[in-house]
Amino acid sequence: MSTAGSGERRSAIEALGVSKIFGNGDDAVKALDSVDVTIRENEFFTLLGPSGCGKTTLLRLIAGFDFPTEGEIRLYGEDIAPLPPFKRPVNTVFQNYALFPHMTVAQNIGFGLEMLGKPRPEIDQRVTQMLRLVRMEELRNRRTSQISGGQQQRVALARALAPRPKVLLLDEPLSALDFKLRKDMQIELKRLQHETGITFIFVTHDQEEALTMSDRIAVMSNGRILQIGSPRDIYDRPAERFVANFIGDTNFLEGKVKSLAKGKARIALAAGGEVDAGISEGVEPKGNVTIVVRPEHAAILTKPGKDALKGTLETIIYFGTDTHFHVKLASGPHFIIRQQNRHGAKDDLKTGMPVGVEIGENAAQVLKD
Amino acid sequence: MALDTPSLPSRAAEIAAEADRREIRSRWLLSSPALFIILFAATGPLLIVLIFSFLTPGDYGGIVWKPSSHAWFQVLFQKDIFDDTTTFADAHLSILWRSVKLSFLTTILALIFGFPTAYFIATRAEKSRDIWLFLITIPFWTNLLIRTFAVQEVIRNEGIINTVLIKLGIISNPIQIMFTDAAILMGMLYVYLPLMVLPLYASMEKLDFRLVEAGYDLYANRFQVLRRVIIPLVKPGIIAGSILVFIPSLGAYVTPRVLGGGKNMMLGNLIELQFGQGRNWPLGAALSITLMAIVMVALMVYVRYASRSEARYG
Repeated sequence: MSTAGSGERRSAIEALGVSKIFGNGDDAVKALDSVDVTIRENEFFTLLGPSGCGKTTLLRLIAGFDFPTEGEIRLYGEDIAPLPPFKRPVNTVFQNYALFPHMTVAQNIGFGLEMLGKPRPEIDQRVTQMLRLVRMEELRNRRTSQISGGQQQRVALARALAPRPKVLLLDEPLSALDFKLRKDMQIELKRLQHETGITFIFVTHDQEEALTMSDRIAVMSNGRILQIGSPRDIYDRPAERFVANFIGDTNFLEGKVKSLAKGKARIALAAGGEVDAGISEGVEPKGNVTIVVRPEHAAILTKPGKDALKGTLETIIYFGTDTHFHVKLASGPHFIIRQQNRHGAKDDLKTGMPVGVEIGENAAQVLKD
Repeated sequence: MALDTPSLPSRAAEIAAEADRREIRSRWLLSSPALFIILFAATGPLLIVLIFSFLTPGDYGGIVWKPSSHAWFQVLFQKDIFDDTTTFADAHLSILWRSVKLSFLTTILALIFGFPTAYFIATRAEKSRDIWLFLITIPFWTNLLIRTFAVQEVIRNEGIINTVLIKLGIISNPIQIMFTDAAILMGMLYVYLPLMVLPLYASMEKLDFRLVEAGYDLYANRFQVLRRVIIPLVKPGIIAGSILVFIPSLGAYVTPRVLGGGKNMMLGNLIELQFGQGRNWPLGAALSITLMAIVMVALMVYVRYASRSEARYG
């Protein structure tokens, strides 16, 4: 296990061909469908997907609350599937925090250490340390019912971190907080992860949260992992239609593959013109394909060049920091362009006028499906 | 208009006062059935029992209106008929002790059997819980006396248990269970078990099982989760169930009468004896008050103990 490899961090959690089926017979539901994923040490890893995509199921399998129907889950190379949750060096921050209502803040935080049989002075010291880490020293002896939602969130974090788990699982921990508090906690979570150096596995359905916090993201749908990559990878180079749709706004364009190069394809668009589009690993596009272009990766022009897509400007929506232009392309589909508002920019675009859409360099990506 | 204005506030006040009066009157009227029950059906008889315990017994039952504290003396002591020496009323004390002991054991056993039962029901799927609860309450449909005779049919010398054991060759002579304390205990446990299961279930149904998962997640094994998470959280159910089983057990009449026979009396039977064959109504009344006092003391001790152990966690 000491062979860390060349620069590559060793893996904390590996899921190998993990499937989970709930119920049996006609009621059987396949919550996970042969999922393979490797989560590296010290990583902030996010499982992102809509509700019912299997992200929480995967988390519960890692925690040990449920057991996989098929496949193996490894923690630092060891198969932990047969271990009950109380024998796994993994802790969970629950969606509703699940703080013990009959205990104080300090008793909640010390519970895990107490169960591990640590001596009292060590527990007290660690509890104090954790309270300082989440900035809650003055609430030590409060009942958990006497503190606010945000404070409960911090206690839940401190309680899960106190026993120094190898991996911390977070099940939509911010979903119950209001917008402002959520933003603060996002920064707080990043800080905690940085300070403790513990591997975080974070489950969320909020794409923005995933993009801002994660080192890597796995996008899930219908029990499968569709794409794993850095936030930038996932956003700029979505491999599948679902990923492109789920994260951010997207323009889809139909086209035909003209020629292939390394990691790139020349696509003749149905809307006219040609564009170079990136190809995801393991995809060999041919024939008719769909490409995606993010709204901010295209420009709107009043005097379009040769390669620009021609259309009519239909709607202009002002958003403060940026403006959205809805263009109806001559070939039929709509195309949305997002432009940042700059001070003193010319205001010469009017609805109804003919415009051109220019797709930026390396902006287009070929979809798998 | 201008002339009318000064009188307006006082007119409004009058209307408001009238409405208030009407409101108060109707409130008293509506609560009168409840007040009637509390005054005449609960407090009244209690007062009569208390007064009777300080009167003299009539020759053929009933009471004579002559104040006396002799009944209270008789609860604990007896005078020898021949030499007038005062000794403890051993018979009363042993009956008292048996009542407290058997009620306590019944409560403990009901808790031991009822807790897993309630937990089992509370962890079923929502649809099947109702069926399990229904099964638990079915015995209530049958008359208590009939249920007790059914228990007798199981444990008597020619009953199911002994017949089966003899047929299997495990024993050659029937085990005497009838007319023992064990028989009373079995009967009371059977009769009062649902009274433990139902409040326990009500508490467990409200239990957030994510807290149980949180316990497992934080390295607590099954026993530790039970002791540190589940039991403290369902404590209200444990307290309610224990009270509901202990109180009727202490005053049980039918079960000890049928299963314990004439010798293994409990307080309820002793009290009945005074009002019947004993023809000593004041003693019966004094014993009834004693029974109530025991219940109250037991409750106070229990509730204090329960709330203190909760404070330890808090």
